[in-house]
Amino acid sequence: MSIGFVMMAHAALDRAGQVARHLADHGCPVVIHVDRRSPSAAFFDLVDQVRDLRNVHFARRVKCDWGTWSLVEASRSSAQTLLKIAPDVQHVYLVSGACLPIKPLDHLTSFLAEHPDTDFIESVTIREVPWTQDGLSEERFSFTFPFAWKRQKRLFDIWVEAQRQVNRKRGTPNDIAPHMGSQWWCLTRKTLQRILADPKRDQCDRYFRKVWIPDESYYATMVRRHARDIESRSLTLSKFDFQGKPHLFYDDHLALLRQSSAFFARKIWPGARKLYGAFLGPSSNAVATTGAPATEIDRIFAKSVERRTRGRSGLLMASRYPAKGFENSLTAAPYAVFHGFDDLFVGFSDWVSKSLGSRAHGHLFAPDSVEFIGNQSDYAGCLSSSPALRDHNPEGFLSNLIWNTRGEHQSFLFSARDAQDICGFLTRDPNAMVSAVSGAWALQLLHSGRPIAKIRTEAARLQRREAAFLSSLRERRTRARVRIWTLAEFLENPTEPLQVIIDDLSVPGAQTLAQPPELQPMTGLAAFLQKLRNTGMSPHTAGAFSERPAAQVSKSSSAGRGAQNLS
Amino acid sequence: MGLRAAFKLRMERRRFQLRAIRKRRELNSVVNRTRVVRPGAILAFSTIRNEKPRLRYFLKYYRELGVDHFFFVDNGSDDGGLEYLAAEPDVSLWSTSAGYRDSRFGADWTNWLKFRYAHGHWTLTLDPDEFLVYPFCDSRPLPALCHWLDQSAIRSFGTLLVDMYPRGPLSQLSYQEGQDPFELAPWFDPGNYFMTPNPKYGNLWIQGGPRARVYFEDEPEEAPSLNKIPLVKWDRKFTYVSSTHMLLPRGLNQVYDQWGGEKASGCLLHAKFLDSLIEKAAEEIERRQHFARGREYDAYHVKGQGQNGLWCDWSERLIGWRQLEVLGLMSKGNWA
Repeated sequence: MSIGFVMMAHAALDRAGQVARHLADHGCPVVIHVDRRSPSAAFFDLVDQVRDLRNVHFARRVKCDWGTWSLVEASRSSAQTLLKIAPDVQHVYLVSGACLPIKPLDHLTSFLAEHPDTDFIESVTIREVPWTQDGLSEERFSFTFPFAWKRQKRLFDIWVEAQRQVNRKRGTPNDIAPHMGSQWWCLTRKTLQRILADPKRDQCDRYFRKVWIPDESYYATMVRRHARDIESRSLTLSKFDFQGKPHLFYDDHLALLRQSSAFFARKIWPGARKLYGAFLGPSSNAVATTGAPATEIDRIFAKSVERRTRGRSGLLMASRYPAKGFENSLTAAPYAVFHGFDDLFVGFSDWVSKSLGSRAHGHLFAPDSVEFIGNQSDYAGCLSSSPALRDHNPEGFLSNLIWNTRGEHQSFLFSARDAQDICGFLTRDPNAMVSAVSGAWALQLLHSGRPIAKIRTEAARLQRREAAFLSSLRERRTRARVRIWTLAEFLENPTEPLQVIIDDLSVPGAQTLAQPPELQPMTGLAAFLQKLRNTGMSPHTAGAFSERPAAQVSKSSSAGRGAQNLS
Repeated sequence: MGLRAAFKLRMERRRFQLRAIRKRRELNSVVNRTRVVRPGAILAFSTIRNEKPRLRYFLKYYRELGVDHFFFVDNGSDDGGLEYLAAEPDVSLWSTSAGYRDSRFGADWTNWLKFRYAHGHWTLTLDPDEFLVYPFCDSRPLPALCHWLDQSAIRSFGTLLVDMYPRGPLSQLSYQEGQDPFELAPWFDPGNYFMTPNPKYGNLWIQGGPRARVYFEDEPEEAPSLNKIPLVKWDRKFTYVSSTHMLLPRGLNQVYDQWGGEKASGCLLHAKFLDSLIEKAAEEIERRQHFARGREYDAYHVKGQGQNGLWCDWSERLIGWRQLEVLGLMSKGNWA
């Protein structure tokens, strides 16, 4: 009982020769097919390299184009040669020049001896399973592909698109059920002989000649006609990226490859000296591990596809800058924005830090300063407190801040007095939780003690800005979580918004409302608003005020009442 | 992009090419060893002026990474750097005394050398104080990266220029020839970079880092660009537009993903902030041969550095590429 190898090589032929030598040294006959497009010099070097090995042979060279029938032609005739020259071979294993045995060969020999009649080939029906990575699946069989994908890309695409337009359906011969699977198989002598002697071989050849990437479907389909016992998996470990290109293995994959339950791995980077040394070297037998499930390998490669296609949400960098609408989310983590609250409460930021467990900054967007928590001059990631730098790119500033503080919850104060350029970003970001009390700007003006005539223009300016922000928050397409109270609603029951915020945030470490923050003095507010009204400036965002003196912090709080829950 | 804009960019590219070809007359060959360059070799191009102390480590670093041949343009060094380079076996060297600014800060000279020698090669274009770091660079040399880029049909590899600085004033340092500069300047800003797309050339314009934070806090517009595309599979038709910030044709600038994913990218660690900068800044203010007439150097010179220099409480100390990857300054993309 022995195994023979068919090796398809086209580049890095010295590595192919090295693997062939390893296989031959272990008593396995090898037939090497070298692409006729490879330079002759390299081919003759390879011939020289294995000249002393009596059980290494070369197949007639065929010109190979990726994705075409030529590859099947080459591998099939090589397999035929192998069967002829090595009559005692019971299993034929198809490998490529970039494959590397990652288990001692006697493990493979004894494994195959235990399964003398089993064909190991991945074979998946195309009708039910999305096996392919690129756009073509059933179309591989129903279209024709006269152009070389690598050399005539434009023509290839145009031709495929044209066939799509006319909804082309090429007929499939009656008794062929198209299957697909990895090219790298290990078949029994009997199955291979039956495939080679198929009475309908010419008809099948005619059909597969026009199929796209037939090396992934010809054998997978033919074994369904001839094999007795198919185990639908490949004994070769190969991983594909999101575009269907094979992943390469490097020196740093050594530990991973040792864990794999497969017998071969592909593709290996030709420069991976450590890998070739470890698996082809004399000590290779000593380090064999049992076939543990290769979940780690799967996990790493699945993560890499995810990294390439989805990226890290909230990260902007030299190689990730999503177009509008493709961000997944604008920032890396949820954060809270408190609009107007510091006008209502004394020491509101401190209260947020203490009772919500959030990093509560002051006005990050104040016109002439950046109020990081603790008035630091720099913050996480070396963000500067220069307002000019912040205003140069406010959206980048906020998304950097949230990215740099992953693992902590951030919150900051906001008001109509602040730089407003960030407003659009806040409304678009599903991670923003905006709690706003509209009209709260009036309190600071009330306490300023300036004459009403001067205050009037400032009040109008603040109200205009606030109204613009609030109306964008209320839009249907807003993605932020938004709660808005008017000043009047707030004063009727000041603890209610606080309770709602605590319930909403549910930050780890957040408490129930044990100690509400102290209210700013509100005396004279109603009269002040009336004075503003008398000057002709109606403070409408403050809401409808009743004439009674406002603001008794009532103990009873009923969460939700009065709040406009827009989230 | 409309046909008109495309045509204009093509004309611009042609203009830069002709300019580079014309500027070849300014270059005098000192040593030409380009005959030893084999097909598939990885090449590095650099313009230098009085940077001898840096050269030894620069060569060592990139030789270990897998660069096969170095192309230097020496712009009037008088510190023995020219003689040092001429004796190295894998260096080809040209010298010129023409103006650095008139050659668009060396870009014309190296564009010409690439036009002449780099067609079909993976090509690094670097300043002698820039050190490329990319995913897995401790276990996979440059040929592995270039091989993978080839397989993935990617022609250019984007990086972020990361300014490295010491803790404390520069005057305390004393850099020794051949020393790893990041032993002296191991600190960097981990999350202080801002991007703006540049619709004309299709690249990202990145600013930030310690220079924006300290020197340009009042004029952020003027802060230096940190987007760099130093590694390109060169074709005669290509040309750098401005330093290595962007290229034409503009497709080469698309080193970032726009659909939410991350492409593979690296960092260029910038060893600018060493003791030699003090002298250099003084000289460049006289010479006015640098970008924006060396305004940047004015800023370095004028701004008194405090006790900590560029360092602040949030600065991070360099550990390795994995750290830069986790911080989001570079990405593995789908290279696993």
